[in-house]
Order: sequence, then structure tokens, then C-alpha cells
Amino acid sequence: MTYIAKPRLHHPSLVKNKAGFTRRDYEGAVSTLCAGCGHDSISAAIIQASYELDVLPHQIAKLSGIGCSSKAPTYFLGASHGFNTVHGRMPSVMTGANLANKNLVYMGVSGDGDSASIGLGQFAHIMRRGVNMTYIVMNNGVYGLTKGQFSATADKGSISKKGVANSEEPIDLVSLAIMMGATFVGRSFSGDKHQLVPLIKAAMAHQGAAFLDVISPCVAFNNHPGSTKSYDYVREHNEALNRIDFIEGREEITTSYDAGTLTTVQQHDGSILRLRKLGEDYDASNKVGAMTRVQEGMAAGEVVTGLLYVDPSPKDLHHHLNTVDAPLNTLGDADLCPGSSALEKINASLR
Amino acid sequence: MKPTDIANPDYFHKVVDCQWACPAHTPVPEYIRLIAHGRYSDAYMINWKSNVFPGILGRTCDRPCEPACRRSRVEDETLVKGKKEPVAICRLKRVAADYKDDDIAAHMPKAPEKNGKRIACIGGGPSSLTVARDLAVIGYEIVIYDQDPKLGGFIRTQIPHFRLPESVIDEEVGYITGIGNIEFRHQRVDSMKAILAEGYDAVFVGSGAPRGRDLDVPGRKEAAANIHIGLDWLSSVSFGHISKVGKRVIVLGGGNTAMDCCRTARRLGGDDVKVIVRSGFEEMKASPWEKEDAMGEDIPILNMLVPKEVTHKDGKITGVLFEKVKAEYDAKGRRSLVPSGEPDEHHECDDVLVAIGQENSFPWIEKDAGIEFDKWGLPRLNEKTFGSSHPKVFFGGDAAFGPKNIIWAAAHGHDAAISIHKMLIGEDPEDRPAPGVTVASQKMGIHEWSYDNAPTIDHRLKVPHRPKQEALKDIMAEVELGFDPALAFKEAQRCLNCDVQTVFTGQLCIECDACVDICPMDCITFTDNGEEKELRTRLMAPAMNPTQDIYIGNDLKTGRIMAKDEDVCLHCGLCAERCPTGAWDMRKYYMEMTQAEHACRKQ
Repeated sequence: MTYIAKPRLHHPSLVKNKAGFTRRDYEGAVSTLCAGCGHDSISAAIIQASYELDVLPHQIAKLSGIGCSSKAPTYFLGASHGFNTVHGRMPSVMTGANLANKNLVYMGVSGDGDSASIGLGQFAHIMRRGVNMTYIVMNNGVYGLTKGQFSATADKGSISKKGVANSEEPIDLVSLAIMMGATFVGRSFSGDKHQLVPLIKAAMAHQGAAFLDVISPCVAFNNHPGSTKSYDYVREHNEALNRIDFIEGREEITTSYDAGTLTTVQQHDGSILRLRKLGEDYDASNKVGAMTRVQEGMAAGEVVTGLLYVDPSPKDLHHHLNTVDAPLNTLGDADLCPGSSALEKINASLR
Repeated sequence: MKPTDIANPDYFHKVVDCQWACPAHTPVPEYIRLIAHGRYSDAYMINWKSNVFPGILGRTCDRPCEPACRRSRVEDETLVKGKKEPVAICRLKRVAADYKDDDIAAHMPKAPEKNGKRIACIGGGPSSLTVARDLAVIGYEIVIYDQDPKLGGFIRTQIPHFRLPESVIDEEVGYITGIGNIEFRHQRVDSMKAILAEGYDAVFVGSGAPRGRDLDVPGRKEAAANIHIGLDWLSSVSFGHISKVGKRVIVLGGGNTAMDCCRTARRLGGDDVKVIVRSGFEEMKASPWEKEDAMGEDIPILNMLVPKEVTHKDGKITGVLFEKVKAEYDAKGRRSLVPSGEPDEHHECDDVLVAIGQENSFPWIEKDAGIEFDKWGLPRLNEKTFGSSHPKVFFGGDAAFGPKNIIWAAAHGHDAAISIHKMLIGEDPEDRPAPGVTVASQKMGIHEWSYDNAPTIDHRLKVPHRPKQEALKDIMAEVELGFDPALAFKEAQRCLNCDVQTVFTGQLCIECDACVDICPMDCITFTDNGEEKELRTRLMAPAMNPTQDIYIGNDLKTGRIMAKDEDVCLHCGLCAERCPTGAWDMRKYYMEMTQAEHACRKQ
């Protein structure tokens, strides 16, 4: 952590977005995480993405559980709604919040401990319910707050700081999310904002359950030789399948690409994802193919990144529950309590 | 781009904009920190060593450091509630002089045993006094000649006492003569040959640019009794020979001398004083703050008026007739003033002060004295050594390259002293000594730095002034009262500590982006290398100021480079604080120009 607050002075070229805010306006309090923590880079990417999307800060709700990653929401979007839940229970609180007011942009921030251990059940269910949200796991493979024990996402064979190899199988949250029905799934790396920022923007624009697994090295306990979640390891084994050039609805495509290298995916809200091919042919809309490729990558020791799976026309929780168009928290007494005569009618219909 | 060579002392020197811009390269941030700490004597001595006249310059300097100050590039108008402003460097210097300990003279060096060599200094102004100081402390015997009864030159004769009290001049001249081995001869020098014949080992000419340019228009001769050359008039006022002026005064000219003339006239009985200038307001040579001070004393400045004729009746001046002009620019952007076609303007007056420029004049240097002059009447000099075509004769101050100001005179004096000393010990004066540089990490603990690294967003503070009515009554009453210690502390805190440098060690970097994310100014980027022009466009924030360097660090594992735009860095140290591996460190580069005393330091 630092002792002084980030100075308010800024670069003279800093510009306001369409919402009337500069990028600095999307910042939060100064980070108390260890210097060099990947989480701080992800926070910076979220700030950049929110700024570029012109979102009004008060239209965002950020929810988190417990852990280093779950502290992070304090360090971005300082003017947005926040909820720090019980350990592993962020998904149920977010589900409830989303049910009550579906007009907010929901961002869940969690870690590998919070989501893959204590909160694994909740993680699976929020994905299958299709809550409209962006769920980001800051994944470093260790429990940083308790000084570096392996977490459930640590790769088998990865060496701890004390020199012990991990003997247990890892939980792959990407595979789990795809299997459980998330409709936008990607993986990225805190050290590669060129890939990460467009992914976060696309996920925020996605009108369904979006999940991002972001490898985020723990500088204090998991950034040594032998670790599979260190800066060096991820850089050496990063297999990026595609690059997103996320653009919003009205913007025109100005860059030209060679034929066959660009796939365009129009999402339900009208936003357009331009996927630039990197190397192999990869079809991000093929769910089974995505699961296979991710598993192949794991077997080969690769860190497969990019937009791995997307369903451009997702159905979300409110669709499944057939709720009214207006957010539930805006309904008045008259809507919520139709009176005794309506009750009589219902009762009569059941007799 | 090539990796930055931070071993070259110029690289980080340039980052300290104020010090780089100062002709004498005074270590500004260091003395400002000392002022903030209340260590006024130490702050004074840093200045004294570097620019010789801290109390004088703290009131009168042309402050080339201030327009250069980084603060004026990074402030945000909405945060500081006012326009972007540099740190009040000049007036902080005065604070060091005002609040230093009484026993400051005890800090000054004393002349050692004489080395047997004698140096003559012609003129008793700032360049000669600097040469005298630098050489007296290493054993030379100095003789200073001046036509005026006291040392100081233009400092004493041209700057009105309401801007610079005489006591300050006496004090600071006293510190120099107090070193010892410096003799003052109140004697006008009329012959260079006679001086050379006295057998001096070297002669330094610091005789200034003493001739005020005259007005050449009809009526000048007839009304001569009420038309005065500004330089001579100020000097006469300074020595008490003139104590009155007419009620209506016109000052011709747009430089600082004109500003001194009009403000002096206001105090000697001028009720209706105006400054009339050929050029536009913006193009005037006077410093902006001097124009402000003049206007603050109810002196209007009229522009785009060229004097055409002095009107007079019965041998007495009645006024000046002006032609109205406008500026026109040719294809090359050169300005010329052409008649605007409007009718001429007549301004009535009782006295005219002519301050339209000053010139060098060396009637006392014989043509066959062995000193060559160019077609403008300036001596032919080696710009590095200040040596003339005569091996024993050196020039400095206004006498060298025409009218400049005190801080340049001090800088010239230091350089000429080095040359004289090197010549006399048999070294090549062309071989200039390197500056002295000390580098020290400022890290005190995990989040602690030995400097105050949190930048303030305070607006530049104004120096308190004496109430106008009171100031205008007494020509001896100093207008500026100076910062008190509390104001000085607040203003000192605005300094960004640009001498505490961000030093990058690529081998230690793990490219975690922590510095990129925390930097409030977005001045750090990790990217692929490229040509400078193209690279500047694709940094975190564009580097639009080509006069400021891009710091390039290499040796990164990914093969990328670290590019830092020095232009807007706040030196807040957050990059170093957030760096997990110590790849960034905040190190203070204390740079001191080498003076004659240590002139044998090799480059």
C-alpha cells in the first residue's frame, strides 16, 4: 500500500467521455494491496473499460466476497454502488440485487478462493440462472491473505513458494462456467491490458451471464520459478486464440483486415464484437468446441486466453422468470398489492 | 530509440527545468526544500555559491527559471482555481536572504594566502564581483575599478530603491569584499593600454552596456532640458542628484528600464505618468510582473505609438506627437510596424524619459590594444571561455554579448573566472570542468521518502505589497514586503522536487504494470520500441512536448521498452512506491556547477 493518495493532478490531455467524466473519475481509493499485485492492473482495466463505455458511475453495482480480490472494488469505481458480502456468497446477493433492479450494470468481483472453494456452489448456480452480469475472478492460484497456501485453481504440479508441489487437481472455472450455461466466457491476463480491456467492455455490454477468468499473479506468494501463475509463466504459455476489437453499435469499422481474419459477432444489445483471428481457426460460438479447446490447452500446459465462448442472443434470469419490464424496485403498492378482490379471483380460480 | 544514458549528467539536469533554465544553474529544488524546513541559512548559502546575489536576485531577477517550471505545465485550472502558474522561485530566494541567521558571514570563505597573481576587473557590477569572489577564494589578488563611489554597478545605479533597498546591495557586496584580497579603486578607466601596462596577469572587463539610446526626432534639441536618457536619469536619482520631476511625464520604451523610470517618476512628483511604446503590449521587453506592478501604480501603458516629434514653445517642452502604427507580418513571420493611417496623437507632458534601449560602449579600449570588435561594436569572444582576441583579456556580463540581466552576469563571471584560473595555471581554458553530481536514493522505509512527495494543489501565492498610497509617498520604501515564513512554507510546498529523479533498472522489472496503473500523469508506458516521433504518439498519454525527453529503459524480459515522458512527471514517487522489485527508485541528483576553485575537474 501507499501512504499518499494518488495526486489529483492529471495529464493535460485527459479528456471527458460522453457521460462527462474523465478516466480518473472512475478511480477509487488508493490500493492497499501489495505492490505489484495483478489485481491492481485488473482494477485499472475495469476503470478504463467503464470510462470507454461512457457508463454513468451510479449505474454500476460492484459486488464482491472475501479475499484480496474482493477488497479490490474499493480501488475502482469509487462513485458506484458497492456490496461486500459474506465469503463465497456474492453470487446470491448479486442475484437478489439483479432481481430487484435489473437496470444497473452488475459487476461481480471475486477470487479463486471465494469462487472455487467456499463459493463454488453459488458460482455454479449463478451461471446456470443466467444473471445479467460481468463476473470477474482475479485468479492467482493461492490464498494471499493467509500467506500463500494453494487454492483450488492451482495447477497440479505447480510449486509453492516454500518448494512444495501441488498434488491436487485444479478446478477450471472457465470450463465450469461454459458447462453451467454462462453465455460469455473469456480468459485473460492482468499483464495484458490490450486483451483485457476490450474483453471487459464486451462482457459489460453482454446481456447475460458473462464470466472472465483473469490470471493475476500474486507477487508476494506465487510469482517464483515453478509457479504456473507467475508473470513469466503466463507470458511464456499464453495462447491467445483471438483479439477482441470491441466496438459499440454506431461506430464504423475503420481498420481493414485481410479477408478471413475477422469474425463479427453482433450481440443482442446491438453492440458489435470484432474478433481478430490469431493463428489457428477458432469458432467462439461453438460451445462444445470451446470446452474441448480449453481442456486441450490445459492438458498441454497452455494458458488459453481470449474470448472463448459467446452466445450472442442470451436469455437471462428475468427472461426465465418472465418478470415485468419495469425493474421490480420501481413498482408501487398498487402493482405489488392488487387488493382483496384480485385475491378473491385467484382463490376462486383454484377452487 | 536508444536506451537513455542516465550517466550523462545533462540528462537528469534537463529534467530539473528550473535549474536547467537558470544561467547559473542554481540547484533550485534543493534550496526550496531547505526553505520549507526553515533552514534559511543553508538555502542562502546554496544560492550564494551559485548566483552570488541571493538577496538582490530574489527581488530583481528576470527569473528564466519560472517560465520553465514544470508546475506551470501540470496544474489543472479547476483544481487550483486559477491559471497554471510556476512556483514563485524568485521570491522564495528572497525568503532565504530575509530569514537567514545573523552570523551568515561566518559561513563565507576567507581568502587564503596570496598566490602572487593579480587580476584587474573593469566595472564594479555583478560580473566583475563574481569573478572577484571566485578568484579571491583561491588566492588571487583582485583590483576592481569603477567610476561610481560604491561597488554594484547597474544593480546600484539602475534599480530603484523601492524595488531593491540599498542595504541589501551593501550587504551582499560586503560578503564579497569581506573575503579579502579585493581592492576597490574609485576610478574611471580611460585606457585599456594603461591597465595592461600595470602588469596584471589577467583583465576582466565587466563594464556593462552603459549607454542609453537617444531619441532622434525633430524638437529633441530644442526641448533638451526636459528630455532625459532613462539610464542616466535613474542613476542620478539613485545617487540623489535628482529628486523631482514634472507632474506630467511620458516614458518612452517598453523594457524593464522604462518600468523603473515610470514608477520612479510616480514617486518624484509625477501624477500623470504614462508609458508609450512602439510595439504591442505582448511584444514589450519588460517582464510581465514589472508591467503589472507599473499598471498597479496607475500608470497606463499605451501601445503602437511611434514618437514623431517633440513639441515645444518658447524653449519649453509641451508634449510629444506620435504616429499610430499597426503590425504587419511578412511571409517569414517577421514583424514590421507600418502607419495605420489614423491621425497622429499628441500627448502633453512636462518631462520625457527615454528608455528605448541601451548599447555597449568601449571608448576607453584603444583600437590597437589587441582586442577585436565586431561590426556591432561588441568584442569578439570565445563563447565558452569568454576570452577575447587578447590572451589576457576576458569579458562578461552586458559587456560581453550586450544587455542581459544580473543572473547572466553572475553566470558569465563564473565562466570567465574558470578561464582565467585555467590560463594562469597552464591549462587549456577550452577544456571546461564537469559539474559535480551526487546521487542518493531517497528511500527511507517501505513507504517513506526523505522528501515530501505528496504534491499540493495550492495556487501560487502572491507576495504581500506595501499599501499603494504609502508606497508612492516614499521613494525609499520597498514595495514588496516578501513572503513571511508561513507563506514561504506554503509556496515552497508547491515545488514538485524535480531533482528527485525516477530511476529505472530494467533487469529488476517484472512488467507487472503497477507503475503504469498508479501514475497520476499517465507518463509511463511499456511498449515496443520505435522511432521517437512515432513512439511519442502511442504512449499511455501522448508526449506532445518535444523539448522534453522520453526516458527509455531496456533489458526487459519481453523485449519491450519502458518509455517515460519526463514532461509532466510529478516526481511523487508512486511508481517507485508501487514497484514490487525496486526497479523504480527515487534518487536525488544534486548538481552543482564547478567553479574556478575546482576547475581542474575533468569533463
